[in-house]
Amino acid sequence: MPPHTADPQRHGDPRASGTESVHEAPGPDTLLATHDLVIDIPERASGAPLDLTINPGQCWGILGPNGAGKSTLLHTLGGLRAVRAGEIHVQGRPLPEYSRAHLARELGLVFQKHHDGFPATVLETALIGRHPYLRPWDIETAEDYAQARAALVRMDLAELEHRLVDTLSGGERQRLAIATVLTQNPRLLLLDEPTSQLDLHHQVAVLDHIRGIARDDRAAILVLHDVNLAVRYCDHLLLMFPDGKACWGPTRTMLVPSALERLYNQALSTGEIDGQPVFMPNIP
Amino acid sequence: MTRSFLLATGVLLPASLLTILIALAYGSVAIAPGDLLAVIQGEGSRLHNTLILDLRLPRALAAFAAGGLLGVAGALMQVLLRNPLADPYVLGLSGGASVGALLAMLAGLSMFSVSVAAFAGALLSTVIVFGLAHGTGSWTPTRLLLTGVVVAAGWGAVISFLLAVSPTAELPGMLYWLMGDVSHARNPYPAWGVLVLVVLLALPLGRTLNVLARGPMQAAALGVAVRPVEWTIYVAAALITATAVMQVGAVGFVGLIVPHMLRLVFGNDQRVILPASALGGGILLTLADTLARTMIAPEQLPVGVITAMLGVPVFLFLLYRSR
Repeated sequence: MPPHTADPQRHGDPRASGTESVHEAPGPDTLLATHDLVIDIPERASGAPLDLTINPGQCWGILGPNGAGKSTLLHTLGGLRAVRAGEIHVQGRPLPEYSRAHLARELGLVFQKHHDGFPATVLETALIGRHPYLRPWDIETAEDYAQARAALVRMDLAELEHRLVDTLSGGERQRLAIATVLTQNPRLLLLDEPTSQLDLHHQVAVLDHIRGIARDDRAAILVLHDVNLAVRYCDHLLLMFPDGKACWGPTRTMLVPSALERLYNQALSTGEIDGQPVFMPNIP
Repeated sequence: MTRSFLLATGVLLPASLLTILIALAYGSVAIAPGDLLAVIQGEGSRLHNTLILDLRLPRALAAFAAGGLLGVAGALMQVLLRNPLADPYVLGLSGGASVGALLAMLAGLSMFSVSVAAFAGALLSTVIVFGLAHGTGSWTPTRLLLTGVVVAAGWGAVISFLLAVSPTAELPGMLYWLMGDVSHARNPYPAWGVLVLVVLLALPLGRTLNVLARGPMQAAALGVAVRPVEWTIYVAAALITATAVMQVGAVGFVGLIVPHMLRLVFGNDQRVILPASALGGGILLTLADTLARTMIAPEQLPVGVITAMLGVPVFLFLLYRSR
């Protein structure tokens, strides 16, 4: 299949990509809902408004090329950036009504880049995930330490507990960031490329783990670059196109090869393993 | 955290007492331990009483309070800027406070107004340095330090100008605004009040500062109201620096040396480092002032000379290591 060529006329119609957004109305249990949300990327035209509904038990994948605004969207959903238009509701309440501390108990973010300031140990770093739960004079209890240690075990970092953060490898540092958000234990996880620096085994292990958390009353939103991992682990996908268009819905409705080719401006071959579609880039 | 807090206070509190005793015992005239004990018990000779209780004790207390304030100011600014090179003297806060105080004094204002002017000068310097270094571009350590160093040099020039136009007779007593000198210290108790207040406020804020040290985005995601906390620290750093400058002039590098040393020993938890910096800064400046009084006795060195001699190598070492 040839890569899709830019055609502004067809971009105007979401059907042109072969996919159509599936709008779900927010319910009483909805963890996060956006209403006509337009994210604010400085010096860029407004993209299509987003009406997302994230319910408990869901795992969303955000796919798109570099610079499509995936991280900006994630930060906006986390309340760290102002919206250009529209509204975000967290558990039915407008996001700006939350205090930062309250929001941090509901939403947890993992960033692409990690700043460590002054050297700290792995355990101390995971432990700051308890910050939103502690009052100013509180000192971390044995229970807080236990939660941080449990998160380190889950991210395969238990043996590194006393290591200084600046001695970790990129992948270890990334797992530590995830362990910190697990210690934070929010109901909605917002993860920006959580597997970008991980080896194959840890990619699967981390996503298995996140999938395991996004059940019952919890959910997760992941920015991913690996379409096949997204297909395996996410039940909903949001495709963010370079021209600002977007479409979203249950994963099976989003896996239209022509849409993915247009998304990445890359020709793809489609196959099937264990009844699941697999996408491979065509290499000339 | 509890263990390193107890360790830090367990070591630094006795060391602080010992330092003050040393400051009382040494000077142009050394006093034997037995005589010092007699004075403390209220049985000393009149000469020893005057020397220790009226001259050396207020001076030691002034040096300790000012050193403690500078130590805390340095530690706070280093967290805020995520940069171990930040220091109220290097970044020009002390210079701003000196200029404010000097202008108010030349205008013949009351002591209270002089203090307010010193605070205003320090705050202005803070806003200039952080405003310019932040800007719209990236906040690099180089950019911040360059801004601070240039602003500090500017204040130095203003002070030199003010000194040049002042009556010659007043010069020796005013030079300390440039280099710092404890011999002109006034009543040390307001500085002690500020020091105790700051440490009491810093303790509950400590964990928030730990989170803030990881960058504003991460801190916000962990529930820190970043802007209000940052502004609290800006204003607090200016207030602390101004109080110290009112006490001893522009003494440099205490805020650089002390938190750095303490971090090597006690780790990076701000709940430990901030109170430890208060004690450590007090110890350093009191010892430095004792040295300044005894080195070329009966002449006295300005204490800023001693701290600069210690601080410049430490600064260069940190700069070298941060490449």
